Amino acid sequence: MLHIVACIKQVPDTKIIKMNPKTNTMDRRTAPAILNPYDAHAVEEAVRLKKRYGGIVSVVTMGPPPAVNAIKKCIEIGADEGYLITDRRFAGADTLATSYAVTKAIEKIAKIKPVDLIICGKMSIDGDTGQVGPGIARRLDIPPLTSVNSVVDINQEEGYAIVHRKLEDGHEVVRSTLPCLFSVEKTINEVPYSPLPNIIKAARYKPHIWSVDDLEGVDIKQLGLKGSPTIVSKVWAPQKPAGGTFLEGSPREQVEQLLSVVLEKKELFEMKGEI
Amino acid sequence: MDFQDYKGVWVFIEQKDGEVASVSLELLGAGRKLADKRGVELAGILIGENVKDLTNTVFEYGADAVYVYDQPIFKHYRTETFMRALLECSNKYKPEIILYGATSTGKDLASAVATDMPTGLTADTTELDVEEETGLLLASRPAFGGNIMATILCKKYRPQMATVRAKVMKALPPQSGRTGRIVEETISLKEDDIRTKVLEIVKATVKKVRIDEADIIVAGGKGLGSYEGFQLIHQLAETLGGAVGASRDVVEAGWIDHAHQVGQTGVTVTPKIYFAIGISGAIQHIVGMKNSGLIIAINKDKEAPIFQSSHYGIVGDAFELVPILIEQFKNALSREKVSNTSEG
Repeated sequence: MLHIVACIKQVPDTKIIKMNPKTNTMDRRTAPAILNPYDAHAVEEAVRLKKRYGGIVSVVTMGPPPAVNAIKKCIEIGADEGYLITDRRFAGADTLATSYAVTKAIEKIAKIKPVDLIICGKMSIDGDTGQVGPGIARRLDIPPLTSVNSVVDINQEEGYAIVHRKLEDGHEVVRSTLPCLFSVEKTINEVPYSPLPNIIKAARYKPHIWSVDDLEGVDIKQLGLKGSPTIVSKVWAPQKPAGGTFLEGSPREQVEQLLSVVLEKKELFEMKGEI
Repeated sequence: MDFQDYKGVWVFIEQKDGEVASVSLELLGAGRKLADKRGVELAGILIGENVKDLTNTVFEYGADAVYVYDQPIFKHYRTETFMRALLECSNKYKPEIILYGATSTGKDLASAVATDMPTGLTADTTELDVEEETGLLLASRPAFGGNIMATILCKKYRPQMATVRAKVMKALPPQSGRTGRIVEETISLKEDDIRTKVLEIVKATVKKVRIDEADIIVAGGKGLGSYEGFQLIHQLAETLGGAVGASRDVVEAGWIDHAHQVGQTGVTVTPKIYFAIGISGAIQHIVGMKNSGLIIAINKDKEAPIFQSSHYGIVGDAFELVPILIEQFKNALSREKVSNTSEG
């Protein structure tokens, strides 16, 4: 019986989000909150491994109370349990403080049932860093395996996992002791539509909700803004490069002008002029 | 923590198959500027097996010193082993700044090192500067989905660390014969104590698309409407002998593979000609292509930000304009061919 923990995040849908041009901040009201798309693949992989080897899947997230909706989405995908850690003292965390808080939550989950494997998505679409997964692995002192795009084998009895890690020109086959942590690529699986029974289960599901005080051995100084070595000093719109020339005229005339500009780079095309 | 003890700028030198990764050479160029501004040494940290010969390259591209770990245990990149070497070396010599390429290896290593140090780490930086007096690293990157730039600081910890996007910084022209100080280090790690083993390296049989090497890129965005509409991009690219690029939206919609994505979370490209067709031009896209030689935008929306970053723009319908372009280009080529033949 494997116990797999998937780490997830609720994020604003950055594709839809609008910026307030006066303040250079995100107008969060314009963006719906969704389960980070990369994390859906992490949960899906955990569920697939559960089906393959038997076990349970827990998901854990840090966030404001509405993040329960992201957990419910994971229950739809097939997770069994969900844990939300939520507290004002977590607010403003950078990747270091985030990995600290999530690690504390995983340590508590492991007391309920020891954890064999942790799976994270490659990165979040709002932070775009990919740093939290390896950070959690270091804090738990287990091997981090990033860029995982296929799980070959999990052998709980002998205590190892074999995976493919994506490289720029292929992949490497790596064996690691268990427990360990995977950050998975989007290409590792496709997340299918959730089956109806899961959707019904998710609608009724009540995640476990913990505050800082529910966790054990927490050093408050390492949480949130206080525990974050990096700070955003300023947010700015980059200087726009001077706009270019608009080509005018009928479509045909526009294309003619364009073509003469393109063909000035003659060296790019000379070879193709020959047979 | 006494900041006075921390001096110098380091670049993690990524290497594979006996070659230094180009991003590491770019970072030596960027690191040189920071080191000169601070009046300190620029060093490379080189970890691997049989890598000593690469120190010359590191010097030629601007380093004053190289810290070298050359041991069989470093044959393959592994987080566990590389991280220990970097931590040990950094604790011993105390650099003020460490830069890594934002490659999968660089990001993996930097994330682990930052956690153990602990210190702050800024991901996927596209602009770097340093405060001359304080040595504070100003690491800037597109943030919040790439709609805005943010400058990130790490005021209370040293070393300050950042991963930096490939192809954004410029390598210095190599100075043949330039040399420096080599510091050889070894680490006492036993293979039996390492929990991860690389069993096999499998090279992809199908050559991966490398759009960052293309001279011409035709990139399409959500404005093309559908997977079918996006095929227009393939047609133009094929006609021009270029590679196909795409915006993030298009990749997320599944019209094309991630290997074609240009921008902050995709590839940074610097082709001689870049076509942006039906791409609105979010900052996260712009940072990935703004250094292209000639940028041409086609978009229906005159207000689209892409026009601000383009040398030439056409406001209009791609489905009308691109087929004309394909036709006229083919005509121009065949005229060229005829004239070549008559001359030859």
